[in-house]
Amino acid sequence: MSSGNGGPAISVRGLRKAYGDLAAVDDVSFDVATGEFFGILGPNGAGKTTTLEMVEGLRRPDAGDVHLLGEPTWPRNPRLLPRIGVQLQASAFFERLTAREQIHTFAALYGVPPGQADDWLERVGLTDKAGSRTEALSGGQKQRLAIACALVHEPEVVFLDEPTAALDPQARRNLWDLLRSLNEAGRTVVLTTHYMDEAEALCDRVAIMDHGKVLQLDSPSALVRGLDAPVRIFVSPHLVTADDARAVAGVDAVTDDGTSTVLSTRSPSAVLTRLAELNALEGLQVKAATLEDVFLDLTGREYRA
Amino acid sequence: MTGFRAIAVAIVKGFVRDKMSLFFALVFPLMFLVLFGGIFNFASSPKITMVVVGQVPLFDNLPDGARQAFDDSFEVTRSRDADRAVAEVRKGDADVAVQMRGNTVVAHYTQADQTKAAVTRGTLNAFVDGANQAASGTPPRYRLDAVRVEDQSLKAIQFVTPGLLGWAVAMSAAFGAAATLQGWRNSKLLRRLQLSPVPTRSVVAARVVVTVLVALVQMAIFLGLGLVAFGLQLTGSWWMGVPLLVAGTMAFMSLGLLAGAIAKTQEGAVNLANFFVLPMAFLSGSFFPLDGAPPWLQATSLALPLRHLNDGMLDVLVRGQGPTAAIVPMLILLGFAAVVTLVAVRLFRWED
Repeated sequence: MSSGNGGPAISVRGLRKAYGDLAAVDDVSFDVATGEFFGILGPNGAGKTTTLEMVEGLRRPDAGDVHLLGEPTWPRNPRLLPRIGVQLQASAFFERLTAREQIHTFAALYGVPPGQADDWLERVGLTDKAGSRTEALSGGQKQRLAIACALVHEPEVVFLDEPTAALDPQARRNLWDLLRSLNEAGRTVVLTTHYMDEAEALCDRVAIMDHGKVLQLDSPSALVRGLDAPVRIFVSPHLVTADDARAVAGVDAVTDDGTSTVLSTRSPSAVLTRLAELNALEGLQVKAATLEDVFLDLTGREYRA
Repeated sequence: MTGFRAIAVAIVKGFVRDKMSLFFALVFPLMFLVLFGGIFNFASSPKITMVVVGQVPLFDNLPDGARQAFDDSFEVTRSRDADRAVAEVRKGDADVAVQMRGNTVVAHYTQADQTKAAVTRGTLNAFVDGANQAASGTPPRYRLDAVRVEDQSLKAIQFVTPGLLGWAVAMSAAFGAAATLQGWRNSKLLRRLQLSPVPTRSVVAARVVVTVLVALVQMAIFLGLGLVAFGLQLTGSWWMGVPLLVAGTMAFMSLGLLAGAIAKTQEGAVNLANFFVLPMAFLSGSFFPLDGAPPWLQATSLALPLRHLNDGMLDVLVRGQGPTAAIVPMLILLGFAAVVTLVAVRLFRWED
């Protein structure tokens, strides 16, 4: 699985798209390496889907260019299409077909034999739902079917537009395992999401978008590290009072949130050692900075998906 | 090619499993066919009711051939009272009252139904002339040899079948195109297909081919039922109805595309298609002839594609016109389809 020229799987330069006065995508550039799991993270309306659709070649950029596997994606490039797989935000299915008929139809569009389509149905765990119409499937089942339909022709690059939106937490976790397995098989995966934890859990690198711009792009851990935010340690006020806490070396600040004494520190291991000596570990919680804090730091406002 | 076939099969399955669209494409128009065929057949060519006052020797002494014709035309009741008989005609209970005054046959008839009035006068005149000629004792010098030709005014089923078929095809073609364009755009299936290697023309061709197939099935069912159950008689070049119907299907698909391009939801698209089709069906003579309509209305209807489909279908299916009678309607329908499709393409937006 390679782009054939040794370059990045996806290369985006100076991408712009405006709708009237609204700059939906405003000078976006990034590269995605072959085999990478790449995330575009941001709240609704940040420009994630528009960016993705321009990268896929569905939408004509106002400016900038996109190379996918070394080839331009606009205008529609039929040589490129069999090498990419796409799951769109809505459930793009034919009406009143069963799950098996859907994937067989999509397989036929790519000249893929039905047997291979059935294998994919099994891989996403829908064999027992093969005879059900898509209208009767649950949200999670529909998403898994859409992903199977996007992958039935074994594409090199896979685009997933908010695959876990509107799923319950259980269904989201199940889908994560599937998404990881796609990437582990060597595919380049590009995913948009408005869930911080999803981006953290799945992506090698994340582009954080807001108002059409990429605010920052790095691996989730590097983004958090770069924030240099303190770790917060929550302990029971019965075990450690605020005054006790202030006496602990390495603690930068102490607050009381009503149920816990909260210790902020940049040297958590020393502080935790001292708390262990004080025998104050019962019910203790440690919260490191997350992408949510990164977003807050970048935009100055709370993250609302 | 496999892409084209896969999409066509998917559309067919979606259509066959959609009870509503099946109903509106087949059952609903057939209900009208049964209804109209039944009503008009019952009402066609009833006898003229005649009240004979006293003795009318002319009728009692008819030769055999004339007797037969007389019985076919008239249903006779007898009366003694001339005034009461005329009153019956006046009230509409009878069509004509006949009595003898000396050697004169006096017929009191009503003009309420002009056809019956004309038949009554003509037939009675013929009987009197025949009797006069027989009384003169000389053989007739002239005789009438009646040769029947196809009439412009058709038996009800002959008229109703092509019109209702046109309406049925207009509905299913317009609804199908509207629902597909709107629904597939809304569900992003159109976008998804754009990102598959299948060319756009294959996607369009699949939808067109399925719609044409549905139209041909509708035609087979309509003509089949008409022939078997209602005495429909097809004339020589009826087969020209097939390409004509295909051209009509294109025209109505283009209307459906227009509805699908404008409307924001699938229901809206189907409703808009209905808004185009139903008034057009009335104005194009699908349900009843336009002969009685005011001239401006008849002129207006010439702007409607269904009018040309209906006219062409009547010509080749039942009026016995040659195959060329379908050419001009076909050209008009294809031209309409091309223009409206262009407009729909211009109005189409990927985003709502």
